[in-house]
Amino acid sequence: MNFEYFFRLFFSGLTRGSIYALLALGYTMVYGIIKLINFAHGEIYMIGAFTALIVAGALSLTGMPALAILVLASVVALVYSSMYGYTVEKIAYKPLRQAPRLSALIVAIGMSMFLQNYLLLAQTSNFLPFPDLLPEFSLPESWGGMVNGPQFLIFVTTAIIMVALTLLIKFTRMGKSMRATSQDKVMAALLGINVNRIISYTFIIGSFTAALGGILISSYTGQINYFIGFLAGIKAFVAAVLGGIGSIPGAVLGSIVLGMAESFAAGYISSVYEDVFAFVILVLILIFKPSGLLGKPEVQKV
Amino acid sequence: MKLEAVKRSALLAMWFILLTFPVMVVRVNTVTGVVQWRWSNLVLVGLGSFVISLVWNWALARTAGRGGEAAEAGATDEATGGSGLRIGERMSDLRTMLSEPRYRTPAYALLAVVIVAFPFVMSLYQTNIMISALVYVMLALGLNIVIGLGGMLHLGYIAFYLVGAYTYGILNRFFGIGFWVALPIGAALSVVAGILLALPVLRLRGDYLAIVTLGFGEIARIVMNNTTKFSGGPQGIGGIPRPTLFGLEMGLLGVTRYTYYIIVVVVIITVFVVYRFENSRIGRALAAMGEDEIAAQAMGVDLTRMKLTAFALGSVWAGIGGVILAARTTFINPASFTVWESVIVLCCVVLGGMGSIPGAIVGALALILVPEYLRAFSDYRMLMFGAVLVVMMVFRPGGLIPKRRRSYTVDVAHEEEVVS
Repeated sequence: MNFEYFFRLFFSGLTRGSIYALLALGYTMVYGIIKLINFAHGEIYMIGAFTALIVAGALSLTGMPALAILVLASVVALVYSSMYGYTVEKIAYKPLRQAPRLSALIVAIGMSMFLQNYLLLAQTSNFLPFPDLLPEFSLPESWGGMVNGPQFLIFVTTAIIMVALTLLIKFTRMGKSMRATSQDKVMAALLGINVNRIISYTFIIGSFTAALGGILISSYTGQINYFIGFLAGIKAFVAAVLGGIGSIPGAVLGSIVLGMAESFAAGYISSVYEDVFAFVILVLILIFKPSGLLGKPEVQKV
Repeated sequence: MKLEAVKRSALLAMWFILLTFPVMVVRVNTVTGVVQWRWSNLVLVGLGSFVISLVWNWALARTAGRGGEAAEAGATDEATGGSGLRIGERMSDLRTMLSEPRYRTPAYALLAVVIVAFPFVMSLYQTNIMISALVYVMLALGLNIVIGLGGMLHLGYIAFYLVGAYTYGILNRFFGIGFWVALPIGAALSVVAGILLALPVLRLRGDYLAIVTLGFGEIARIVMNNTTKFSGGPQGIGGIPRPTLFGLEMGLLGVTRYTYYIIVVVVIITVFVVYRFENSRIGRALAAMGEDEIAAQAMGVDLTRMKLTAFALGSVWAGIGGVILAARTTFINPASFTVWESVIVLCCVVLGGMGSIPGAIVGALALILVPEYLRAFSDYRMLMFGAVLVVMMVFRPGGLIPKRRRSYTVDVAHEEEVVS
């Protein structure tokens, strides 16, 4: 057994899992509140990465220092993705609150397709190299070779976001309103919670974390395209289901398990079937433990 | 009121200008380091979103008014609400007219003449387009069983199409099997694949079902992409023979016409079978399941059997369509079977009206033929499909031609006479 190879796969899985986690958080929050798979979530992640690329590309010509570009591009991208998330909810999901689930799902797919092609038409169909934004710093010698600077940055960011979101949901007024809305929308409205606003907040927060994931992974892998969001979105959803949909620690745990599983399967079994493993895991988890690793079993109501 | 709407739309237009600014205006080529500023797009987005938001809000108000939910849908909306109703009425007028034999017979006769004459009047190119459109009609009719009747969102439908196409391709490549033998084999294998997919997803519903079926479709494509020895890998399989007729030499034009007639006959059979199915015992049980699984189960509907039936009956048409596609294009590769193909079929069903047979036909014809004739806008095809899904679901969830349940009316006044 080659330990170095093992640990390299381990950390690459952890990186992948952290990115899935940033996406899965949005899925799980939106699902918790309006019980809808937001297929367009992956596109928000892609738009976040693209906006960062555009801003960074335009700014790099002005000869700004790299750190300033990184901060500016990230801030603009995060703000814009949150705006996209907000707008998508208002256009597509709000009119369908009372409609059957099937309609809402179809709208979500339509929205995802629309956003993908919007980027394709307005920008390009080619892979674009992503500017190297993440600062390269060296880690202590004992870590060297197995985990690099950007990977470390990705773990830390994910951990911070997860802790912040947990605190937000557990201890703030907004978090309390979110939990109330996800339990019972009508009752929450009766108690004076502005349900529409809470749903908008959820979308904004979800889009924010998704875009963060988009920027991090794009600067890590170094290239982006208009369709990077779709598969990542689907896999993040799988991760959210794996962890137990509606649960924030579950989403992170599920993402890391999925990222590891993919990384090890690709490293030890076969890399061409990398994308298949996620779906196999999904089918297995849905058959044997539909509530996920940390989720509560759902009682079906008549 | 009017001014208010204009002001609102203007604000929205500003919002969209801001929102789309980086993506629409700036284009950065990170390889050459060239930044393009396309300011004209700004005007385009502004004007476009202004007009769209005006129409959108008007339509939204109208839909709300028609639903009877908004109390304000008073005198002002009555005038606007009328046009929507009028379209609906016209549609049902057409239907009642068609249900009378006096009009129905000539209408069908005319349709038959058009269908038969089509490949002789139109060019080879047009006939080819029509063949693909008709293949999509079949796919839409098949998917309609799963989605429209069974209420199960199936996003891996194209996998069965792939099974059909690859059955013919591979059987021909290794065993030299011809079209007519491959057709039933392709259909049978699709059914088997449909049941194999249905087994693990029997307990799933809604969103989970959608994701798992999507995953299944992707797995089928990835497997075909990677088993190079068996399926040709990304290059696919070429040189698949066109359909034969007792070994007759027909030439390209002849064989295209022949393929056209094959698909027409198959579509007619499909329509007939699906129509009969819909009103059968199983069809109605399936529709009940689509409405409410628990209620249907309580009424004695065997959900397991129904789901398997729906998947099997939905996939058989995709299998047949796949074989015909392989025979028409003589070349298949995995890139033609992505998730988005499944979504296009879904789009056909949604546009026409979920659960409605004429809807599926009209939806598929419209969505495949219109982009072919509007070549100038062909880049916008997928964008439009996405928009169609959103707009239809928001404003007309029943589709262009909503499904109509077979209904029975009892005339209370004459009931005694009827009974006695």
